[in-house]
Amino acid sequence: MAGLSLNNNGELNPPLWLLAELTYSCPLQCPYCSNPMEIANYKDELSTEDWLRVLHDARKMGSTQLGFSGGEPLVRKDLEILIKEARKLGYYSNLITSGVGMDGERIAGFKEAGLDHIQVSFQASDEELNNFIAGTDSFKHKLEMAREVKKQGYPMVLCFVLHRHNTDKVKDIIELAIALEADYLELATTQYYGWANHNKEQLLPTRKQIEAAEKVAHQYQEKMKDKMRIFYVVPDYFEDRPKPCMNGWGNVFLTITPDGTALPCHSARLIPGLELPNVKDHSIDWIWKDSPDFNKFRGYDWMKEPCRSCDEKEKDFGGCRCQALMQTGDAANTDPVCSKSPHHSELLEEVRRIEGLAGQTIEEHPLVFRNMRVSKKIITSSTGS
Amino acid sequence: MNKESIPTLSPLFRFQWEEAQQCHVVLYPEGMVKLSQSAGEIMKQVDGEKSVTTIIQTLSDLFDGADVSDDVIAFITEAEKNGWIEPK
Repeated sequence: MAGLSLNNNGELNPPLWLLAELTYSCPLQCPYCSNPMEIANYKDELSTEDWLRVLHDARKMGSTQLGFSGGEPLVRKDLEILIKEARKLGYYSNLITSGVGMDGERIAGFKEAGLDHIQVSFQASDEELNNFIAGTDSFKHKLEMAREVKKQGYPMVLCFVLHRHNTDKVKDIIELAIALEADYLELATTQYYGWANHNKEQLLPTRKQIEAAEKVAHQYQEKMKDKMRIFYVVPDYFEDRPKPCMNGWGNVFLTITPDGTALPCHSARLIPGLELPNVKDHSIDWIWKDSPDFNKFRGYDWMKEPCRSCDEKEKDFGGCRCQALMQTGDAANTDPVCSKSPHHSELLEEVRRIEGLAGQTIEEHPLVFRNMRVSKKIITSSTGS
Repeated sequence: MNKESIPTLSPLFRFQWEEAQQCHVVLYPEGMVKLSQSAGEIMKQVDGEKSVTTIIQTLSDLFDGADVSDDVIAFITEAEKNGWIEPK
């Protein structure tokens, strides 16, 4: 994300950023998870050999940053093998974890295998809210793991996903990160895909909350500037220009899902008409360069108005394809976050409607926690079987 | 850092050659910076053993006695500011 530059001379960039979603299994049940709601449908996971081939082939094409993600990547017993190979190939590797399933010994093993850094996620700055959102008693263990990561000499990124229930606690969250001596703090905004989108009415913060949190975050950014880097991004629903989603479709990011499907972004599966190439059937080289999916929204030729003639298209690539689809029904439309989008007023209306729900108990749409049992139920009810 | 300082790579960062992009890069959590050829040459000398003065001398010898002093100091200053390197 930060620091990755685009190739402006028209050449195809390599997939610099490889996200390896090793498994959808997860001991946590965060309702803001951006995994698809149909996780129970994807139980067939790639084998160790498949992953080793993916790592090798993507690295050959120029992939450099590697994220081991999930679900919870610690669930994979072969994680250490994959880390070791990643280091051998020259990746800069990052373990994106809840910390659940880790202990001091396993961290030492990761270090020996050559993992470069660990990102530990928290759900909140206090035990009660953390454990409620995570759907498990994990807070104390997370604290312990964060300390252990530091103790073993790792750069540590702490990640908090913000939503209506914890946005007011930004000050406490930052103070916790300071106490844990994090090197980087990511105050990530909930991305409303998958489970998060399903729970949007319960999760979207109010504009007032955002403004207060932003002020606090900026104060600490200034105060901590030489000690801890704080990333804070305002949720794009409250902006009038879209995010440069994925730094452009098929431009930097390559996601491989647990079953081997290659995606230009981890939510792309929801876009209709994609062929969803699988690494078991195709080479990474073909997928990145030639597959219809990765070329579908690459560059600028696919754009419609107002993007096509917009002088900001090279800055934001028209925003997010998934958001365009979910809010306007067509993934090729301008992201409705953009005030130039003809659908922008509908998005504002939606945000206002949801803001009106804040503070109420919403009985008809209770917060749905992410787990396989609920996923199965959702799959059954949507297929009617 | 001054001329007698011995710069070393910060443990948060990795410096390496990228074959696919034909350039040196600095890697860190969540990001990567591509280095210009001259910046790459300077970073190659940052080994936790050579002082800034020695780095200047080594590079000058490598490039036919060119005066690289200002370039090296400017880069070392910038790299330290970015947190890539630190005095040993």
